[in-house]
Amino acid sequence: MGSIIEVESLSLYYGAFRALKDVSLSVAGRSVTALIGPSGCGKTSFLRTLNRMNELIPGARTTGRVVVEGRDIYAPGIDVAALRKEIGMVFQRPNPFPMSIFDNVAYGPRCHGVRDRRRLAEIVESSLTEAALWPEVSGNLRKSALSLSGGQQQRLCIARALAVGPRIVLMDEPCSALDPISTARIEDLITELKQAYTIVMVTHNMQQAARVSDTTAFFLDGELVELGGTATMFTRPGDRRTEDYITGRFG
Amino acid sequence: MASRNTFRRELEVLQRDLLKMGTMVEASIFTAVKSLKEGDAQAAQAIVDGDASIDALEVDIERRSLQLLALQQPMASDLRLIGTTLKIITDLERIADHAADIAKVTLRLAGQPLIKPLVDIPRMADISQQMVAEGLQAFIERDPERAERMALRDEEVDHLYNQIFRELLVIMLEDPRTVRQATYLLFVAMYLERVADHATNLAEWVIYMVTGDRRELND
Repeated sequence: MGSIIEVESLSLYYGAFRALKDVSLSVAGRSVTALIGPSGCGKTSFLRTLNRMNELIPGARTTGRVVVEGRDIYAPGIDVAALRKEIGMVFQRPNPFPMSIFDNVAYGPRCHGVRDRRRLAEIVESSLTEAALWPEVSGNLRKSALSLSGGQQQRLCIARALAVGPRIVLMDEPCSALDPISTARIEDLITELKQAYTIVMVTHNMQQAARVSDTTAFFLDGELVELGGTATMFTRPGDRRTEDYITGRFG
Repeated sequence: MASRNTFRRELEVLQRDLLKMGTMVEASIFTAVKSLKEGDAQAAQAIVDGDASIDALEVDIERRSLQLLALQQPMASDLRLIGTTLKIITDLERIADHAADIAKVTLRLAGQPLIKPLVDIPRMADISQQMVAEGLQAFIERDPERAERMALRDEEVDHLYNQIFRELLVIMLEDPRTVRQATYLLFVAMYLERVADHATNLAEWVIYMVTGDRRELND
């Protein structure tokens, strides 16, 4: 599988502070890439550069290139709304809208102009199925999303991200607010989803990175220290700093 | 800031016990061959009896290694250290078994004069024992070159084994009354040859532990 994301010498500044320093990496299509590193290392900032989420922060500025499927997403004239349809995002805390399960999933397609009720129902069902939530909610789609458990809410948020038909899904610590059983379900789900999607995830849990990702990227002080196959990264990392971090010598 | 102090301490203790086991095994080989050379049945019996405590230490190290894997989820060099420990204790335990096998030969031959003074067998034992000692030292110092140099000596041991084999064959052909004892001595040479092979495994694991490369030495 060729690469779907190519990042070239990417730097990110929040005002005068340089949060990312010359990061270059490529992400293979239909794979799971885990971004690891201590707090403040830049992994979440990096994730957010991949769909231009950092622009929401005043004073944020990037240099370098992020090429997704051949297009530089920072080039002038890029439609950011269309970009975020292509590159979905799932956040740390499940954040369902205070509306029904159905409306949560249908929200994105509606925003992008889907009005046909049958078509919407199809999208809702297929997205909930892909997010492994359908069997649990199919009987009661009109129920408030807020009545679901935390793990179910997070799968609903994944369904909501999938509903607009992205090719890439970014996940920012998607399990950090979940119990171990819900975490295991999301991890299984991530493995399923990579059949069809490219997933880039930030995780604080190294065992999780080891369990679900194909590639692991280790960030430290805004730099990409090492990028490699997950099995290699966790058994014989090449860089001393990676070694020290993953064996718990710091961080 | 350093973290995981409890884990680090447990790893230290695990390595210390591995070295303790290694030292016991080394002593067994030395004493077993000495007992054979001197016809010392009492020393031989002590080796046979002592094998159980080496086995017990192996089981204990194995249990604690598995526990660390389950409870601490070690990564990278920590993972390789524990993986290596699990493999090395098996080799050490086999070496101890061979020491006991040699001691049993001493017991079987007790009271009989040897058909020839033992020269090459103690030499083989020396080299094999040094290989084990060097392997443990390479483990302590995390020194893959030292491990590799040690493994080269397996060739000397193989050479001595072939020499002993030919020599004993000639003795047996010349005087069939020697067959029983010569066969036992041949067993001893074979046990020592196996000891050197286990020492070679030890070298391979030390190299893996330090570099992450799994290499076959003297295949």
